[in-house]
Amino acid sequence: MSEAFDKVDPTPTDWKAEAMQRRIRKRYGAERRFKLVGLMAVLMSAGFLAFLMWTMVGNGARGFMQTQIRLDLPAEQVSLLDAGAWEDAVRVGGGDAIFSGIAWRTLRDRGARGGPIWLPAADAIDVAAKGEGTAEAERAYAALAARDRVRTGINWTFLTGSDATDPTVVGIWGAFKGSLLTMIVTLALAFPIGVLSAVYLEEYAPRNRWTDMIEVTINNLAAVPSIIFGLLGLAIFLNFMHLPRSAPIVGGLTLALMTMPVIVIAGRNAIKSVPPSIRDAALGIGASRIQVVSHHVLPLALPGILTGTIIGMARALGETAPLLMIGMRAFIASPPAGVSEPATVLPVQIFLWSDEVSRGFVEKTSAAIIVLLVFLLAMNGIAIYLRNRFEKRW
Amino acid sequence: MTTTTIALLLLGLGLAAWLAARGKAMAFSRSGGTRPHSLPAYHGWYVALWAMVPALVFLAIWSNVSNGLIFQAVMASPEAAALPDFAMQRQAILGEAYALATGASDTVFNPQARALAPVYAGAISFYAWLGLGVSLLIAFSGGAVAYTRVSPHFRARTRIERTVMAVLLLASLIAVLTTLGIFVSLLFESLRFFSMVSPVEFVFGLNWSPQMAIRADQAGSSGAFGAIPLFWGTIFIGAIIAMIVAIPLGLMSAIYLTQYARPSVRAWMKPLLEILAGVPTVVYGYFAALTVAPAIRDLGLSLGIPSSSESALAAGLVMGIMIIPFVSSMADDSIAAVPQAMRDGSLAMGATRSETIKRVLVPAALPGVVGGVLLAVSRAIGETMIVVMAAGLAANLTANPFESVTTVTTQIVQLLTGDQEFDSPKTLAAFALGLVLFLVTLALNIVALRVVKKYREAYE
Repeated sequence: MSEAFDKVDPTPTDWKAEAMQRRIRKRYGAERRFKLVGLMAVLMSAGFLAFLMWTMVGNGARGFMQTQIRLDLPAEQVSLLDAGAWEDAVRVGGGDAIFSGIAWRTLRDRGARGGPIWLPAADAIDVAAKGEGTAEAERAYAALAARDRVRTGINWTFLTGSDATDPTVVGIWGAFKGSLLTMIVTLALAFPIGVLSAVYLEEYAPRNRWTDMIEVTINNLAAVPSIIFGLLGLAIFLNFMHLPRSAPIVGGLTLALMTMPVIVIAGRNAIKSVPPSIRDAALGIGASRIQVVSHHVLPLALPGILTGTIIGMARALGETAPLLMIGMRAFIASPPAGVSEPATVLPVQIFLWSDEVSRGFVEKTSAAIIVLLVFLLAMNGIAIYLRNRFEKRW
Repeated sequence: MTTTTIALLLLGLGLAAWLAARGKAMAFSRSGGTRPHSLPAYHGWYVALWAMVPALVFLAIWSNVSNGLIFQAVMASPEAAALPDFAMQRQAILGEAYALATGASDTVFNPQARALAPVYAGAISFYAWLGLGVSLLIAFSGGAVAYTRVSPHFRARTRIERTVMAVLLLASLIAVLTTLGIFVSLLFESLRFFSMVSPVEFVFGLNWSPQMAIRADQAGSSGAFGAIPLFWGTIFIGAIIAMIVAIPLGLMSAIYLTQYARPSVRAWMKPLLEILAGVPTVVYGYFAALTVAPAIRDLGLSLGIPSSSESALAAGLVMGIMIIPFVSSMADDSIAAVPQAMRDGSLAMGATRSETIKRVLVPAALPGVVGGVLLAVSRAIGETMIVVMAAGLAANLTANPFESVTTVTTQIVQLLTGDQEFDSPKTLAAFALGLVLFLVTLALNIVALRVVKKYREAYE
């Protein structure tokens, strides 16, 4: 003991000495630099997110707008309207060169009366109005603008229409309805199966090798790449069971298999967080094991289960790759009428439009992305609200 | 009388059975005497299940076999004897007759179809009524037998609970069935592929060009299935470039948010960063293709490096951004799991916070972080849309990040979209690639979960 003390330098450390002060400064400098690096990492990550959103909103905001051109039909042509020859009337007023392919519909909806009316412009003019068109279209636009015949209006077709080859005609309603039908099928399958599995594994399953195997399988299934589920859907649902191609029912089945493990894992965590005293109390007054779960544990775990379900559904809503595998990338120009009709979904529609060469599709793609992101953020927001509002700390 | 109508009818019957049995059970529980074993609702459920389930099972089987029976009945009729032997012609006539019989159309091209239509309609309605009759018979007899068993001593609740347990077990087996389905379907199609293409060529070949020759004398499309360039591209983008972006950013964000940031900042920044993981991959892909890829090509060209408009760097960079929240939340968890005593000990010895983090927390949390990184790699190599939209299709074996490379997932999408015939090596190759991807991600997940679990146990 005393030997060890003898070896220590008896003079106390002089903390005020230059060497010590330099060392402390160096260490504090390193501390500050490290903290700064951490802050930079957070800011860079947030910056990427901001840049992504800014790019999409910047490109996509124009997708909700359209350039409109005033049609002044000469008096002697008004008889065309009386005859119901809307397309002829549009042709007289300028035709395909300046008007969109569906301009006649606006005319038809107003009915047979003369006077000026604003019709959607053709793609070339629309792009030129945003300063990115060809020289020819720019000249045509300038000529129209000089006569005060152009304005910018809201593009309602984008919210009500379906896929088309002309970017001024396209809309997202068809893809949105496809997404809706697919999500309904997914929810109807994944939610009950997921909750029932979670209840079984957490409450009733005996501790043995079989249960372990089921648990490991579910955990692994949650991490299998989504495209593998697409291959499964293609091999089993299409080639083996001969379900209709491109249909929301097949998409929903495939996504349900993908979403189910997410719901099982969230459900098990929610059930696990219900304190055992509640089960003991219910058992103590004579409830059966099924009654304990259905009357007490499940209602208490429900907010947690719902949060997990919404998060899983949000993931399924944004999923593209497995749906490409089962043929939901077909060109579909009308909204699907049922779950076995050919359909496409929002993310796949975005993918299809992103492949189009026409300049007008860039803003439509970004606008569709904005719609998709709004839905996903809303779903995640609801999930976070549910978690904060109903989550109990026991 | 469609299957759906019959199913709805059966559900109605079930409701009636439920009400009747519950009424009976309530009557004897009110009348006093022996105290019944089960509540009236359990008796109701017992009878309703017996009325509905066997009949619905029969209906499901019937709807699959009845078409075959109808077809046989039509073929056995005297009108069908005149049908041509040639299968395609016969199919066309039968199809027309079917459309006519069900009212789907009223125009015919073939007079034989018009003669056959009444036969078809007769067979359809006969088997529909037969199906309805048998279902109702099963429903009524099932319900009646169950109804007679309702008595104060009958243990309806036990029966119902046993059924519920069976349903629960079945539901949890679906995950096992799915995994089995994935494995079997991938393996089956891969074996068909390997019977055409040697596995050695697939795993070790350096040349990937999956076009098959249409004519024998066609040049340059013999179909080569050497997957090494694909594996390299996948690793290059998913495990190298993406991780170079994601590991430092994710780890440092986690450290800053857990160790330095004020609770209020943390409460806002953590969900904000998690949005990055919630953005759909197709959006990242579009972002990569539209904004990042052109910028990187310009950068490469200005540096004098051969660059392509679809570069490995663009896809890897954007994928790295997507992965940041994964790495960050795994690192967050494992740093939080380091015992407070270790941190306090280090701080008490006079170490600064950064020294504590670098010398104590991170080394102690390393197994957890490594597990998280493995999970992130497994997710990155299975990621599809970003690489499909931004990485290109050329199977180059290059280490230049400005060049285009292709990945396993890109090729799966490429091989399976467009015209498909299911016997060519071209489409089957996608399943072989899928099998490799499945096995590799599975192995990564198992290893990662084991590492994380072992590490958690060390501190508990």
